[in-house]
Amino acid sequence: MAQRMELWLYVVQRLTAMILAPLVLLHLGVILYAIQGGVTGEEILARTQGSLAWMLIYGLFVLSAGLHGAIGLRGIVRELLGWNGPSLNLAALCFAAGLIWLGLRALGAVT
Amino acid sequence: MSRIAPLDAARARNHPAYWAFLAHRLSGAALALFLPAHFYVLGTAVEADAFNQAIAWTASLPVKLMEALLVSALAIHLAGGLRLLALEFLPWSAQQKSRIAIAFGFALAVGLVFLFQALR
Amino acid sequence: MTSADRTATAPVNGLTTLKLSIWRGAEEGRFEEFEIPAEDRMTVLDAVTIVQRKLDPSLSYRFACRVGVCGSCAMMVNGTPRWTCRTHVSKVVRDGQITLAPLRSLPVIKDLATDMSAFFEKNEKAGGRFVPSQEGHRDIVSVDPKSRQRKRADAAIECIGCGVCYASCDVVAWNKDYLGPAALNRAWSLVNDERDGDKAGHLQKVAVDAGCHACHSHQACANNCPQMLNPTASIAGLKREIFAAALKGEL
Repeated sequence: MAQRMELWLYVVQRLTAMILAPLVLLHLGVILYAIQGGVTGEEILARTQGSLAWMLIYGLFVLSAGLHGAIGLRGIVRELLGWNGPSLNLAALCFAAGLIWLGLRALGAVT
Repeated sequence: MSRIAPLDAARARNHPAYWAFLAHRLSGAALALFLPAHFYVLGTAVEADAFNQAIAWTASLPVKLMEALLVSALAIHLAGGLRLLALEFLPWSAQQKSRIAIAFGFALAVGLVFLFQALR
Repeated sequence: MTSADRTATAPVNGLTTLKLSIWRGAEEGRFEEFEIPAEDRMTVLDAVTIVQRKLDPSLSYRFACRVGVCGSCAMMVNGTPRWTCRTHVSKVVRDGQITLAPLRSLPVIKDLATDMSAFFEKNEKAGGRFVPSQEGHRDIVSVDPKSRQRKRADAAIECIGCGVCYASCDVVAWNKDYLGPAALNRAWSLVNDERDGDKAGHLQKVAVDAGCHACHSHQACANNCPQMLNPTASIAGLKREIFAAALKGEL
C-alpha cells in the first residue's frame, strides 16, 4: 500500500496543480487590481463579503492549496532531512488539515 | 565524506533545468510556510477593527518589499508549475528551454508590476 | 619523424605538465597528487593510464574499449561524471589540474573503481526485462520503424548501462532507494516495445515509492549522457502513462 501511496500523492499533487493554476492567475490579477492606490480592510471586505462566488472560488483554493502545499513540503523534508515513514505522513496530514482549517476559518471571516 | 569539491558540485548544477527546479522548490517552500500566517490574518476579518489594523500594518516599506517577494514567489511557482505540467503531460519538445525562459519572464513581470503598484 | 617524436613534448593548452588529484582508498581515503608530462590531444584516460603505468602501479581504475563504446571508463572528472576515453584533457583542465574520483552514489571498491551491483539491481527492480508475448513457435513481428511507439523506443534504446546518468542525478544522491534514470529509461523503452507482453507490469514496477515520481526533472542525466539519451523525457513519458492508467483504474 505504501508503494502505491507515492503514485496517488503524485496524482493529487498534479491534479491540485491544474486546479490551482487558473485560481492563482485570478488571485494575482485581483491582487494587482486591489492594491492600486493603497489597500484597506474595508475595500477587501466590500468585495468579498456575502458573495457566494468568492466563497466557492476561495473554498476550492483553500482545499487545493492545503493538499498541494502539504504534499510539496513532505517531498522536500523527505529528500533533505531524510525523515520518512508513517510519522512524516502523519505530520504532513496534520499540516494539510491545519492549513485547510485556518483557510476555511478565513473564508468564513471574509465572505 | 563527499568526494566532490563543493565548487565542482555547484558547477555541475549550473544549468537552466536545475535553476528552474531550485526556484520552484524555494518559492514553493516559502509559500507553504507563509500560508498559515496569511490565513490567520484573513481570519481576523470577523472583527473589523482587528482586520483594519492588520492591513494598516502592511503599509510599511519593509512589509511591502516582503509582499513583493511573496507575490513574485507565487508567480515564479505558477510559472515553474506550468512548465512542469507541460514537461510531464505534453510530448517532449526541444523547446523546453525556451519554455523555461518564457515562464520566468512572466514571473518577473508580475513581480515588478506588483512592486510598482505597491510603491505608488 | 615518428609519432612519438611528434606528440611527446607538445603542450596541452600551453601546459607542459598536468597535475592530477586522484582519489585513493575506498569509502575512507584521500586525494593523492600526481604530476605527469602533458601530451597533445591526450584524453583523461591517457592521463590516468600514465599515472598507473609510470608512477603508481597500485592505482585501480577501469577501462576496456578505450574508444567510447563500452562505458567502462566512467568516473567523476572535476565533479562531473564522464567517459575518460572520450574526454580531452584540454577541455576539462583548470589551472593545470584535474580531479578524478569514483562515480558518485556507488560504493567504492578501490580508488576509481566502484561496485555497480546496486545500479544493475535497480534495473531488475524496475522491470528492465523483456516479457515475451508469444509461446512456442515465435513469428517475426513486424514493427513499423515510423510508428510513434517505435520512435519513442528508439530514442531510449541505446543505453549501455555505463552509470554516468546515475552518478549525475541528485535524487539518486538524496534517496538511496530511487531507481534512477537508467533503470527508468530502460523501463520506458520496454513500455514502448509493442512485442512486450506485460505493459501494465512494467508500469506497476516503476509506479512505486522511489520510482519514476521521485524525478524532479533536473536533467543532469540528459546533459551528461554520452549516448545523448534523455532519461528525463523517458521518465516524463512513464509519469504520463501511469497518470492515465491510474485514473482509469488500470493500475
